[in-house]
Amino acid sequence: MIKMDLLKRAFKVIISISVLTGIWQLTVLSGRFEKSLLPSPAGVFAGMSGLIKDGTLFTNLGVSLARFLTGYLTAVITGVTLGLLLGWNKSVWSYIEPVVQVLRPVSPIAWFPFIVLWFGIGDAPAVVTIFIAAFYPILLSTVSGVRNVDAVYLKVADNFGIRQPQLLFRIILPAAFPLIANGLHIALGSARVFLVAGEMIGAQSGLGFMIINARNSLRSDLVLAGIIFIGILGLLLDRLIRFLENRIKRKWGVSAEVRD
Amino acid sequence: MYISIVEAYREYSVEDRGRMAALERVNLEIGKGEFICLLGPSGCGKTTLLNLIAGFDRPTSGFVRINGETVTGPSENRITIFQNYGLLPWRTVLRNVELELEARKTDKKERRRIAEEYTELVGLSAYKNHYPSQLSGGMQQRVALARALAVDPEILLMDEPFGALDAMTRMSMQDEIERIWREKKKTIIFVTHDIEEAVFLADRIVIMTSFPGKVKSVIDVPLARKRDRTGADFLKIRDRVFAEFELKTDDEPEYYL
Ligand SMILES: Nc1ncnc2c1ncn2[C@@H]1O[C@H](COP(=O)(O)OP(=O)(O)OP(=O)(O)O)[C@@H](O)[C@H]1O
Ligand SMILES: [Mg+2]
Repeated sequence: MIKMDLLKRAFKVIISISVLTGIWQLTVLSGRFEKSLLPSPAGVFAGMSGLIKDGTLFTNLGVSLARFLTGYLTAVITGVTLGLLLGWNKSVWSYIEPVVQVLRPVSPIAWFPFIVLWFGIGDAPAVVTIFIAAFYPILLSTVSGVRNVDAVYLKVADNFGIRQPQLLFRIILPAAFPLIANGLHIALGSARVFLVAGEMIGAQSGLGFMIINARNSLRSDLVLAGIIFIGILGLLLDRLIRFLENRIKRKWGVSAEVRD
Repeated sequence: MYISIVEAYREYSVEDRGRMAALERVNLEIGKGEFICLLGPSGCGKTTLLNLIAGFDRPTSGFVRINGETVTGPSENRITIFQNYGLLPWRTVLRNVELELEARKTDKKERRRIAEEYTELVGLSAYKNHYPSQLSGGMQQRVALARALAVDPEILLMDEPFGALDAMTRMSMQDEIERIWREKKKTIIFVTHDIEEAVFLADRIVIMTSFPGKVKSVIDVPLARKRDRTGADFLKIRDRVFAEFELKTDDEPEYYL
C-alpha cells in the first residue's frame, strides 16, 4: 500500500519535472532567447554535475547551512526566552508589542545598509539576516503560546503547589509548545527565503556567493544550477521540520496536522 | 466541625447590571469523612461554592474554615478534580500521577512506587505508559482521580467529574469513587446535576436552586452502602429530592410521578 503510494507520487514528480523541462527545452530551441539569458536544460544539468563533482557545491552548501543554523538557533534561543518572559509579564509586553508590530513586517533586506555598517562582511551579515527573519515569528508565537495556556493547567499547578521556576518548565513551556513549534516552523519558512540573501553582500563563500560569482563571470547556467540547489535544500529543510513537528505534536497529544 | 462554611456570600460585578449574587449566604457544616453532593440546576452556584472551598476564589463576605483555619488559597490538602480532567497531555499516565510528588521533590524511586500504586488502584496499570489522548474519557477521569489521590489530600473536590461520560461508564465510575472513598476515608465534596448520582453517592445532599444561587435545603441519605439503585428506599429518597426541586414552583399544581 505505502509502496504503491510512494511509486505513484514519484511518478507524478517525474511527470511534472519532465513537462517543465520539455517546455523549457522547446523555448530554448525556438531560439528567441540568447544563451546567456536562458541557459539550456542540458547546460544547467552539466553545470549542476560540475558543481557536485568538483566539490564546490558541498563546500558552499556547508558554509551556508552553518550560517543558517547559527542565525536560526540564535533566533530560537532569544525568541523563546524573551517570549516566555514577555508572555508571562502582560504589562511589559503591552509596551513592547507596538515596537515589535512595527518592526516585524520590515524585510531583513531593508536592514542591509545597517547590517553592513554594523557587522561588516564575512559570516555576520548572512547570520544576522537569518536571525531577523526568524526572530519575530518565534517571539510572537511563544508569547501567544504562553498567554493561551489553558487556565485549567494553571489551576492544577496552583492546587499542587507548583511555583516558579518549576511552573515555567513543567507546565507553561510544555503547554505552550505546540504553538511554539508552529512558530518555529513559520520562522524556518521565512528564514529559508533569506538563506542566501545575506551572502550576496560581501561574503566570499556560500550558495549566495556562488550565484553572485557565477553572475559576475556571466555563467547563467551556473546561476540557475545554484537556484535549483537552493530550492532542493529549502524543500529538504521544510520536510525535516515538518517531520519533527508532527512527531512532537503526536507526543503532546495534539492531533498531528500537516500544513502546506 | 471539620469544614465550616459561615455566611459565605459571593457576588460578581456584571456590566450594565451592577452587582449580581452568584451565591446567597451559605451556612454549611461538613464532618470529616463525609461524602457531600452539591446538587442543582445550571447556574445555581455549585462551582462557585466549590471554588470557595478549594481556595481558588474568596467569598465577598463570610468565610470558609477547614480544621479551624480560614481558607485563603488552594492547598495540597484539598485537591480539585475538574470536569475536563486537567490532565497534562504531554505526560504519560504515570508522569501525570507523579506531578505533585515531583514538585514536592519526593525521591525518584518513591515517586514511581506511589504513582504505580495509585495507577493500580484505579485499574489503569496496563495503560501507565499511555498518553491521555490515547485513553477514553472514563479512563482519563480515572487518571485524574489517581493523580489527586497520589497527593494524599484529606479532601477531594469534584466538579461534575462524570458529566461528560456515557451512562454506563458513569455508573461504573460511581461505584469506583464510592469504593475509593470507603477505602481511603477521604472527605468528598462532589458537584453534580444528576439526582440519582447524588442519591447513590452522598451521605448528605445539598440542594441548590438558582436566581439567585443559594442552598435550599440539605437532605440526609441514611441508606446502607453499597446502595442498590433500584431498591425501594433508594427510589423513595430520589423522589424526595425530586419534590424538593418541584417546591420551587409551588403555585403550580403537582403533575408528575
Ligand atoms: N467569573 C464570573 N463573573 C460573573 N459571573 C459569574 C462568574 N462566575 C460565575 N458567575 C455567575 O454565578 C452564577 C453561578 O455560577 P456557577 O458557575 O457557580 O454555577 P454552577 O452551578 O456551577 O453551574 P453549572 O452547572 O452550569 O456549572 C451564574 O449565574 C454565573 O453566571
Ligand atoms: Mg459549574
